[in-house]
Amino acid sequence: MGNLLKIAIRNLFRYKRRTLLTSSLITIGVVFVLVFVSITGSFKSMMIAQNTDAMLGHLQIHRKGYVASIENLPLNLNLKPKAMARLENILKEQSEIEAYSPRIKFGAMFSTFVETTNIRLNGVYPDKESAVAPLLPARVLEGEKNLKRGNIWIPELLAKGMKAKVGDSVVIVATNTDGSVNGKQFKVAGILESVTGPGGRDGYIHIEDAAEVLRMGVMEISEVAVRLKDFDQLDSFSGKLSTLLAQELNQQKKPIFELHTWEKLSPFYNIARIIDLMTLFMKLMLIAVVLVSIMNVMIMSVYERIREIGTMAAIGTPPGRILSMFLLEGLSLGIGGAILGNLAGSIIIFILNLLKISYNFGRQQGLILRADINPVDIIVLSLIVIAIAVIASLQPAFKASRMEPIKALRHV
Amino acid sequence: MSLVIAEQVRKIYRTGETEVEALKGIDCTIEPGSFVSFVGPSGSGKTTLLNLIGCLDKPSEGTLIVNGTDIAALNRTEGASFRGEHVGFIFQDFNLLPVLTVYENIEYPLLMVQQIPAKDRPERILRLLKAVGMLEQKDKYPDQISGGQKQRVSVARALVTNPKLVLADEPTANLDHNTAYQVIELMKNMRDEFNTTFIFSTHDQKIVGEAEIIYTLEDGLLTDRQVKGGNGNG
Repeated sequence: MGNLLKIAIRNLFRYKRRTLLTSSLITIGVVFVLVFVSITGSFKSMMIAQNTDAMLGHLQIHRKGYVASIENLPLNLNLKPKAMARLENILKEQSEIEAYSPRIKFGAMFSTFVETTNIRLNGVYPDKESAVAPLLPARVLEGEKNLKRGNIWIPELLAKGMKAKVGDSVVIVATNTDGSVNGKQFKVAGILESVTGPGGRDGYIHIEDAAEVLRMGVMEISEVAVRLKDFDQLDSFSGKLSTLLAQELNQQKKPIFELHTWEKLSPFYNIARIIDLMTLFMKLMLIAVVLVSIMNVMIMSVYERIREIGTMAAIGTPPGRILSMFLLEGLSLGIGGAILGNLAGSIIIFILNLLKISYNFGRQQGLILRADINPVDIIVLSLIVIAIAVIASLQPAFKASRMEPIKALRHV
Repeated sequence: MSLVIAEQVRKIYRTGETEVEALKGIDCTIEPGSFVSFVGPSGSGKTTLLNLIGCLDKPSEGTLIVNGTDIAALNRTEGASFRGEHVGFIFQDFNLLPVLTVYENIEYPLLMVQQIPAKDRPERILRLLKAVGMLEQKDKYPDQISGGQKQRVSVARALVTNPKLVLADEPTANLDHNTAYQVIELMKNMRDEFNTTFIFSTHDQKIVGEAEIIYTLEDGLLTDRQVKGGNGNG
């Protein structure tokens, strides 16, 4: 095999310009895919992290039917204390869970005593919420990063529109489950940066304040946001938890809970899917580039060396060895292109990170591009290139190995 | 036992509906250790007969036994194996592999065909390099040596596997007269040293005289057989 490889590599260097052009083509293809995958991957991770770490959590549990009416923030579909206790018992037993945070979500009127508008509010336990959505405190642009009772964090657009500042007194008026209206005065403790996505423009108050505004005799929870220790376990864990939750039935023997991962709750999941699709198309293009360029080179190589092939066959070289020789040429081209492409791609990604390129996403400005390369991506990309290089060489190599020596020797 | 036995060997080429009978019933025997030449004008069937004897092609009719094997019965892989084991080839255009050095070209059949272990190869190759006078050029590539030198390497490559038979189709056609003589002389010496049977084709009358048995082919038929002195026991 070593000798065959030696001959294959020498044959590649025999046509230096052609080999250089082909390997450059493969290299450029690999670089494009690698840089694209790393940048879009970084963008996707940022987007997912913004959604999960700033608002949603990795998954959410609601009372069955709540999500279908989530736009209305229905208070009559909150989880009662008994159901909440059953849910907490289950969640506490799951070692995969890092934290969970019960929330009361409701719509209210927000008044500065001068102007009034609508606001969507989340009543949360600040410590639990920070554990589930660790980026939430970082969204506080002005004011206190610790949410105390009697305080409210309001979204920046609302603050601007209503000319509300940190330290101002405001009133929150909400309709309770029984249809009555209640109000409570709050101090604006923080202005929250708006983020793109569901809940990105909600205000926050302490959960006990929320219960008070809504005149809840006992705490009723709209949703429980859950953060996992390992995000990559999301699919397997959500499956496991769904099964566990499905066993919790109400008096009508119907499931009490419903579970949704962030993907089901955020429209950004579709963008993530589109990014994955674009990556797939980039990979398909790379496959086409490698396939066509290597096949072209190998067909030319076989055509130009017909007499040589005839000589090798005449002096007794077994067909399988001739096949291997040409396959190794294609393989070497693929390996060379993959190595150079990965090397060049890694250098470009390193330089991109050094440049600290900033970009805007929705209302978020000055985000720094952090292109990461996943070693798995490099391995998968290299394997694709190498496999396609071998596949592209198969037909020409097979043709060479099946050549009649007598005809090949006569070839001019 | 004869090394080559041909009985009523015919070869017909078909191109579409056209049939060309290149050999029209050849009968001959060639003994081991002979130095044989096929002569005749262009299109007389010399190359076709050499190709059949070299197991590069199969007769359309008749029997052709080479070294005890009916070559018509061999499939592609068996044919390759047979050639690698028993036949050496010297080509008109030398046909050295351009990416291999002189040494590596001679090593090629041992390495790729017979798969002789590395430790056993150098002695055989160096002995042949010395015998063909190419020891000093062993690290050169084919494009760095002359036509005569290339044919010397070709002779060494043909002999390195210790074949019973070496076939040379117009081995001197691309060489000047002196070099052609030197190559034929070299082939003769190799025959004497290794007791290998050499069969070559030529249309050069001066070179023909160097053969010990001369078969004349005309229009696909053997028309004459001359035996000269030396080792011409056929």
